[in-house]
Amino acid sequence: MAKRRIPTPVSYAINLVLIALLLVVGNIVISSGITSRAQNSLFLQVGIYIILAVSLNVVTGYLGQLPLGHAGFMAVGAYTGALVWKATASMPAPVSIVLGLLVAGIVSAIFGIIIGIPALRLKGDYLAIVTLGFGEIIRVCIINLPEITGGTPGLLNIPKHSTFTLVYVCVVLTCVVIHMMMKSRHGRAILSIRDNEIAAESCGISTTYYKVMAFSVSAFFAGIAGALFAGNQGSLFPNAFDFMASINILVMVVLGGMGSMIGSVIAATVLTSLPLVLQVFSKYRMIIYSLMLIIVMIFKPSGLMGTYDFSLRNLLEKLTGHISKKREAGTNE
Amino acid sequence: MSKLRPLPATGFIPERDLDKTPILEAHHLGINFGGLNAVKEFNLVIGRTEIAGLIGPNGAGKTTVFNLLTKVYQPTKGTILLDGRNTSGMTISQVCRMGIARTFQNIRLFKDMTVLENVLVGLHNEIDYRLAGAIFRIPAYWRAERIARERALELLSIFNMEGMANIKAGSLPYGAQRRLEIVRALATNPSIMLLDEPAAGMNPSETGELMENIRKIRDTFKIAILLIEHDMNLVMGICEGIVVLNYGQIIAKGTPEEIKNNPAVIEAYLGKKEAR
Repeated sequence: MAKRRIPTPVSYAINLVLIALLLVVGNIVISSGITSRAQNSLFLQVGIYIILAVSLNVVTGYLGQLPLGHAGFMAVGAYTGALVWKATASMPAPVSIVLGLLVAGIVSAIFGIIIGIPALRLKGDYLAIVTLGFGEIIRVCIINLPEITGGTPGLLNIPKHSTFTLVYVCVVLTCVVIHMMMKSRHGRAILSIRDNEIAAESCGISTTYYKVMAFSVSAFFAGIAGALFAGNQGSLFPNAFDFMASINILVMVVLGGMGSMIGSVIAATVLTSLPLVLQVFSKYRMIIYSLMLIIVMIFKPSGLMGTYDFSLRNLLEKLTGHISKKREAGTNE
Repeated sequence: MSKLRPLPATGFIPERDLDKTPILEAHHLGINFGGLNAVKEFNLVIGRTEIAGLIGPNGAGKTTVFNLLTKVYQPTKGTILLDGRNTSGMTISQVCRMGIARTFQNIRLFKDMTVLENVLVGLHNEIDYRLAGAIFRIPAYWRAERIARERALELLSIFNMEGMANIKAGSLPYGAQRRLEIVRALATNPSIMLLDEPAAGMNPSETGELMENIRKIRDTFKIAILLIEHDMNLVMGICEGIVVLNYGQIIAKGTPEEIKNNPAVIEAYLGKKEAR
């Protein structure tokens, strides 16, 4: 039996409806007061970390490189976004918000290109060290430019623009844009570099160009996540963007499965909400956290999802196919 | 560019080539690894629709020549002209876009991608839309992707592989992986294709089929093919010109008949006759 494909516009429409539904449900839950304030803030943090993990996954999972400076791009985006929002506070809110996010993303992407061109000539651990250095340089620069960034005492009184709706829309846009990119000739080029760089180059793919492209797309969304982070916290301190922040994001990607977007989303959700959920056992929190990582890496070294990517369309096709097969079997009897 | 006149070629530019200019020329090509002259004084001229063979004992430097021609290594000496244009200083991907495609001795497929996707990567530069177009899924994206898919399936059909389009390339049997590499190389729309041991690990009937297909590819796509191969039946059967390499140097050039009876070649392969 030939597999029936769901037409593309229909599958897009189904996805759109589900996304909109989830947005409405989320807003109702938050405004109804069932959830505590801490939980509401957690929702935003989960969203921000989903963006960070999904964007890092482009470089780590799809391109197969190991950068350790993702928090650096997040910091660039956070401070840029915060400063733009402060400067444009007199403008109507929507204009100011969109402007802040865009500028944050673009500035961060520019940093991605500047760092990427020299750094991506290196491979493996060398790239890790260089990007690690970059992340630290950004942090030290922020500390030493108190006139602009507030320095160690922090940048305060940032307009709190990050609402559930805004974060949710940004998460969806991030996932959609990265998905669309990966299912195109550009995405195939990026994946082919991960699989075999020499072969990719021999197919006429300029590997440097696509590495920098992946790097800057990743930095762009990290910048947006940074701006949302600033809008959620209301204040920024350089210590939030240290080496451990980069590692935390990397852990999410590795745990979820390198090269799996749904894996990154799940891991970011679980790992971000874990500290709050485990507050009851606050004494053993870090032990449980580390044990979980060790157990996953022992029993599923490729990460929770491996390289599997979720597709609602395939799932529906499988389900409908299953049902119609059962029907056929029924008529045969 | 070197002013010295090149040595005459494999010497064979087929009669049918209306355009008598060669597609690929290598003049005085050489490379040193440390103190080792892996390849020296390598001269080669290939006609536009010629099938040429590069043979020699193990370690003679055949794959090194391929790596020089495709810029995996930059030659320390000599020039390479592709369709009359000097390729010095170019990268692997640049010479590929200029029309040189290759396969690898140790297969280098994209193992985690499907057969179809492997060919689509080969078609990368034939597909024309930009990143923004892909993200917003403009009509040009759908059109280009559809055409590319059709083209990929058409290329796969040369080796009757359309049925395998959705299988992971890594799980293909060995022979099919070699054939897929050829299809992927063809997808880059080359004017010359370098095949590194295309028949390695194939049984005689598969090799026979491969010979037919190499000829068919040359005739339909009107391209030149240079191949490294240890299977003498294949080399003698389809090559119009043969170059023999030993210790990085050319020891003989000529038609299959000439090579078969060349004493230097026999010595390189079988050793010197013992003195009586």
